[in-house]
Amino acid sequence: MAMKRIGVFICHCGRNIAGTVDVKRVAEEIGKREDVAFSTTYIFMCSQPGQKLIEDSIKKYNLDGVVVANCSPTLHERTMRNAAARAGLNPYRVEIANIREWAAWPHEDNPEAATRKAIRIINATIEKLKANASLEPIEVPVTRRALVIGGGVAGMQAALDLADSGIETILVEKESSIGGNMFRLSETFPTLDCPQCILTPKMNDVGGHPNIKLYTYSEVEDVEGFMGNFKVKIKKKATFVDWDKCTGCGECLRVCPVHVDSEFDLGMAKRTSIYIANEQAVPLKALIDENSCIRLQFEKKVREGKIKPKKNVKICSKCADVCEPKAIHFQNNEEIVEENVGAIIVATGYEVVPAEAFPELGGKYPDVITALQFERLLAPSGPTAGVPRRPSDGKIPDSIAFLHCVGSRDPQNGVPYCSRICCMYTIKQAMLVKHARPDIAVYDFYIDIRSNGKGYEEFYHRAKEEYGVNFIRGKVSKVYKVGDKYRVQGVDTLTGRIIEVDVDMVVLATAAKGSSTVKELAKKLRIPYDEWGWLKETHLKLKPLETPVGGVFIAGAAQFIKDITDSVSQGSGAAAKAMALLAKPELEKEPLLAKVDQEICAGCGRCKDQCAYDAISIDPVRHVAVVNEALCEGCGACSANCPTTAIQVVNFKKGQIIRAVDILAEVF
Amino acid sequence: MSEKKFDPVIVGFFCNWCTSAAADLAGTSRLHYPPNIRPIRVMCSSTVDPVYLIRALQEGADATILGGCHPGDCHYITGNYKARRRVAIVKTVLKSLGFDDTRVLLEWISGSEGPKFARVMNEYTDYIKQRGPSDFKYLDSLGGEEVE
Repeated sequence: MAMKRIGVFICHCGRNIAGTVDVKRVAEEIGKREDVAFSTTYIFMCSQPGQKLIEDSIKKYNLDGVVVANCSPTLHERTMRNAAARAGLNPYRVEIANIREWAAWPHEDNPEAATRKAIRIINATIEKLKANASLEPIEVPVTRRALVIGGGVAGMQAALDLADSGIETILVEKESSIGGNMFRLSETFPTLDCPQCILTPKMNDVGGHPNIKLYTYSEVEDVEGFMGNFKVKIKKKATFVDWDKCTGCGECLRVCPVHVDSEFDLGMAKRTSIYIANEQAVPLKALIDENSCIRLQFEKKVREGKIKPKKNVKICSKCADVCEPKAIHFQNNEEIVEENVGAIIVATGYEVVPAEAFPELGGKYPDVITALQFERLLAPSGPTAGVPRRPSDGKIPDSIAFLHCVGSRDPQNGVPYCSRICCMYTIKQAMLVKHARPDIAVYDFYIDIRSNGKGYEEFYHRAKEEYGVNFIRGKVSKVYKVGDKYRVQGVDTLTGRIIEVDVDMVVLATAAKGSSTVKELAKKLRIPYDEWGWLKETHLKLKPLETPVGGVFIAGAAQFIKDITDSVSQGSGAAAKAMALLAKPELEKEPLLAKVDQEICAGCGRCKDQCAYDAISIDPVRHVAVVNEALCEGCGACSANCPTTAIQVVNFKKGQIIRAVDILAEVF
Repeated sequence: MSEKKFDPVIVGFFCNWCTSAAADLAGTSRLHYPPNIRPIRVMCSSTVDPVYLIRALQEGADATILGGCHPGDCHYITGNYKARRRVAIVKTVLKSLGFDDTRVLLEWISGSEGPKFARVMNEYTDYIKQRGPSDFKYLDSLGGEEVE
């Protein structure tokens, strides 16, 4: 039965709507409709008196449907539905007409058009609402387990908080050890703690926690399901070593004859083909890099028929020969495992743009490196034991230049945003080189110093006053080689003079971007991201940890570059969000799902072909389509392909949409 | 035809997860676009039956625009691919019947692309303004009814 006593509530939203849209006129126009029993305006419908107005009016006028004309339904649909429910009206008899984002704001330059458009949107919404059915939410059971993707500091914190609360947590890390970028750092600002000291307790907690199942050197292959019930396929990449047997003794590393650039040291040092991520790795396990191992390459070529081995050929097996527990088997042990979880936290972190992307700033020279690479040279556990040395000749530099904002705040050559952490880590690095060599000349080229954290500004002053770092306000235009040195050419914008200094080494604070593999992952999770690879939150201010996909949360630098303090806070925050979800035994699912009118259905199966969730089957006896409510997501792809309109999405029926379209398409 | 400036009617079907969010963002960012766009939120671009598009054109719209998530980013996995096929067929049918197939537009606009939303709406409205009233309305006027 179509609704006959509809109430329409038009929100002023202060002046946000009423400043452009003539709300009184809208209420009058809408009030003329025969099916509208009551139409009014109020300054803030979302306020408590506003909600009370809706509740009272439902009772007073015996309303059978409600349209609230206010902001985007993402903001207050639930508020209004709850208000209706309190007054005894089924919440699915409430619809939102978005006249703020869709009429008042984009047409604030044309109040007459905005008012007419608001009236039209409300009329179309009423037409859609009229045939809405009363519905009850569907209850689905929850899998009380969580998945955390990314084993950096944010992901570890999230996993630990979840595990401590008794929730079994799966942590997936693409590298062979957890620790993330934080574990690469030398010391952390502004306290000068060393991550090798402060992060290892957390790493060991994760590694040994009874509620954490750790998959390192693994990637998420596929995600199916929905909030409360995800089915995740995880690929454990081939290590060619039996990790159950490997003790991490490192004997194999000593005999391996192949040396390639180390990923952990970002090319600042070499590693062997069989390697352990770093000395404090968790788990401390060896793995073979297939692309550089002599034996695996040889075997691959034999398999592909590229070479024919001679009889009795002895091919390198030095690592296996010295391995006492006989862990090294050279067998491809790639494996796909399946895990069921109720919530997912994405903490995939960040990357920095490589120095090579900035040839004009000397990125092509070996002694011009990124700040993250320089962290390895400053780290006590790094390849130079914390004494900065030039990568080209191992010389300890007499002078060094730091360049801020390389590719950041530069829409033409890089990214438009501020990479946020560079000012502070550059100041820290300037201090640390002074620790290593007090007489070193340090030039720090900045545009603005952004030190907006607890203890940060004090840290900056300490670098200036105690350490005598030369801070030069100005951007560098060019870095080029002059003899053994690098000439840094720029301008001091405070004095207006051109500056030229010759230094032994240049460190570029290059822009940060989202992890390079995050886009692939985001597609699997169906969560949005921007062009720089940052994951998009539901609301920047109020829902920074949520994504539009229920049950999927984000934490740390995956959302946007942030420092350790903020990453840890977000890790805990996302864990709390996941806990709240997993605390309930059952979840309520929106009942806006596909429904089949079995009187009309001919069982042709065209809906079944359209369903991306395999939610539709054809009953072999009655020969009609049947929808599995637990699997259906309510997209409506099936209904658009049904030749008889037998399958439709509840409250998005074709008749409802067409009536709304008729209003929208009307010439005047 | 009256001498009044041609003010086209464009019905926009925007998917809940991407293009509706982009429209919200465009509004929040106070990006202006013509009020000729008349929006309706649908759950997914794949739920837009070709009938909706034809109906809008029949009832008076000069054009229709369907906004969905970028290929590969669909909230419902593959809904936007289904929408792409449907729109291709609608365009073919329109063209083969002698109607202007540019009056149905499919655009991928993600939730973070508020500026793109405003740009597409501006450009398409300009395009339809140049193109003039729709053929469907012309047929109406053949029936004897004056169209303003």
